[in-house]
Amino acid sequence: MSKTLVIAEISGGKLKKTTHSAIGFARQAGAPFDILALGQGIGAAVEELRGFGAGAVLAADDALFANYVGEAFTPTVAEVAKAGGYDLVTVTASSFGKDLAPRVAVRIGAGLASDIARVESAGGKLLFKRPMYAGNALGTLELTSALKVVSVRQSEFEAAAPSGGASAVQAVKAAAAPLAAKVQFLSFDEVKSERPELTEAKTIVAGGRSLKSAEGFKTVLEPLVDALGAGMGASRAAVDAGYVPNDLQIGQTGKVVAPRLYFAVGISGAIQHLAGMKNSKVIVAINKDPEAPIFQVADYGLVADLFKVVPELTAAVKAARADG
Amino acid sequence: MKILVPLKRTADPDNANKIKIAAGGAKIVTDGLEPKINPFDEYAVEAALRLTENAKTRVAGDKVTIVSFGPKEAATNIRTALAMGADDGLLFHADDEALDGDLVARALAKVVETQKPDLVILGKQAVDGDSNQVGQILAELLQWPSATFAMSIELAKDKKSVIVGREVDGGVVKLKLELPAVITVDLRIVAPKSVVNNVTPATHVYSDGARYAPLPMIIKAKTKPIAEAPIASLGLDATLKSKYHTFELPPARKAGKKVKDVAELVGLLKSEAKVL
Ligand SMILES: Cc1cc2nc3c(=O)[nH]c(=O)nc-3n(C[C@H](O)[C@H](O)[C@H](O)COP(=O)(O)OP(=O)(O)OC[C@H]3O[C@@H](n4cnc5c(N)ncnc54)[C@H](O)[C@@H]3O)c2cc1C
Ligand SMILES: Nc1ncnc2c1ncn2[C@@H]1O[C@H](COP(=O)(O)O)[C@@H](O)[C@H]1O
Repeated sequence: MSKTLVIAEISGGKLKKTTHSAIGFARQAGAPFDILALGQGIGAAVEELRGFGAGAVLAADDALFANYVGEAFTPTVAEVAKAGGYDLVTVTASSFGKDLAPRVAVRIGAGLASDIARVESAGGKLLFKRPMYAGNALGTLELTSALKVVSVRQSEFEAAAPSGGASAVQAVKAAAAPLAAKVQFLSFDEVKSERPELTEAKTIVAGGRSLKSAEGFKTVLEPLVDALGAGMGASRAAVDAGYVPNDLQIGQTGKVVAPRLYFAVGISGAIQHLAGMKNSKVIVAINKDPEAPIFQVADYGLVADLFKVVPELTAAVKAARADG
Repeated sequence: MKILVPLKRTADPDNANKIKIAAGGAKIVTDGLEPKINPFDEYAVEAALRLTENAKTRVAGDKVTIVSFGPKEAATNIRTALAMGADDGLLFHADDEALDGDLVARALAKVVETQKPDLVILGKQAVDGDSNQVGQILAELLQWPSATFAMSIELAKDKKSVIVGREVDGGVVKLKLELPAVITVDLRIVAPKSVVNNVTPATHVYSDGARYAPLPMIIKAKTKPIAEAPIASLGLDATLKSKYHTFELPPARKAGKKVKDVAELVGLLKSEAKVL
């Protein structure tokens, strides 16, 4: 009898939206599922998780889980997975899931399919499709081990909506984590922003090196971002140059996003950047070089100097929104 | 201080959009793409070098060893890392198809047994498979403390611990790890001030990115040792836990239209795309 364990992601007591994609995957995979929540002071998050049709919500509320440290979390996840007889463990491939999933796989002797985009079942087997080579190929992977761990790409699995009902809650004891004694959590320097998170934003405006400075982002790009109520993203070059925080990088090695509308402003369209945004529904590119590769994936391309047209666009968006 | 850096040979990542799929989806064909060091592994080499030198000279007694599992030709890529300044290399011959992240990590754990490094520094991901798993698996197998996605590393004066800044969703986490430990590195680890070893003077500024090997180092690297052996010599169970059935190209996205000005763009976004 197949059974799936979904690992919830909780930060500062709050349930993160990433979790909904892992739940969405579990529903697609088809077997009954439970949800494991680890953290400290997670009462509200657990309450919220009860509404997703899980058999049970397993709550590990302990000071050991106050902040995510792989060495602290892994033993408990592995113990729950083994004791509960789950054959599939899943988590969303956020930085949390990417760090945790391989560790859990080792502990329970499972094979791992990381950052998958789709799941199919063929002849009673689950097959996982995952992007490779910066999204330039899709590989169909089978896990040949009896137990399986899967991390899912948030942008490819629709966030599960609550299905009503109220799953039973079971308290789970924290397992001993001797290795955690060798790791000391010092700090979390959080980038606070009022704007939507990139992985949840319906519209994203991303800027590149061409904005030339932090000031450029502030005075030229941000007014457009806010006029659209969008999330703000960036290319690696803009992040490396220190114009914006690391957390805003979109790409193969940054955030992978698929909003309804994506603006690439002064971004050349290197394959590592495309890997993070080419599944957006509508792509707009603004670039002064008509040969820039970004135009090969853009639905609408505007060849122009961004310093001239972005303020115009901001004004036009405001006007368009004003008259509905 | 001894550092082990695992390095994978990958097809030129800047041209990954030129890969092809063999008939029937049997495999990914990278013919014509220059095999290079996985960029994150090049960054790992750079970080390891910065940790073991006093500005430009190697700290006496410190050592950086490169290890790779792959085709015989990977010796060339190891040689490149030696020319950057690493001391020696180990190459275990294996077909890429006969490896998965789990087996690579198990093989690395064996190498760690004999090499006894104080630190293993890996790339956070190999940009061909994009799996992002080997470092985490290795840390669990060794039961060593670890930090993934490192953007900064500071080695304590007594060399018994490191403070690592990790790039995570929403910001930067700092962890202090007891050595020996496993670290996987992210892009920003090669920024000028990302690596501090408390030996190199604080006034020394590294250039941004991984170093290029100067000609004398390239020549010197020719005489540095690379020990080669079949992966079977490690005596591992070669059973894989995962297996690719087929590969395919993702649906291509078509270039759309060029608009002449902002007014046309906004008009189309409203009336045609209906996203405003
Ligand atoms: C291992 C690895 C991982 C990477 N991961 C990522 C990743 O996750 N995400 C990512 O983005 N990159 C990534 N990169 C980097 C990537 O290869 C590119 O270098 C980067 O995306 C380029 O950023 P850019 O487009 O801002 O800068 P550039 O390539 O310098 O392009 C600037 C563009 O702006 C245009 N421009 C200049 N001035 C103006 C103006 N006034 N008006 C309009 N247009 C103008 C230019 O025509 C040009 O097209 C990675 C690289 C490596 C090696
Ligand atoms: N065949 C290999 N040989 C040596 N190191 C490897 C190999 N495969 C992966 N690695 C290391 O593990 C890291 C993560 O790879 P992966 O988990 O496959 O994305 C890489 O950046 C390398 O440091």
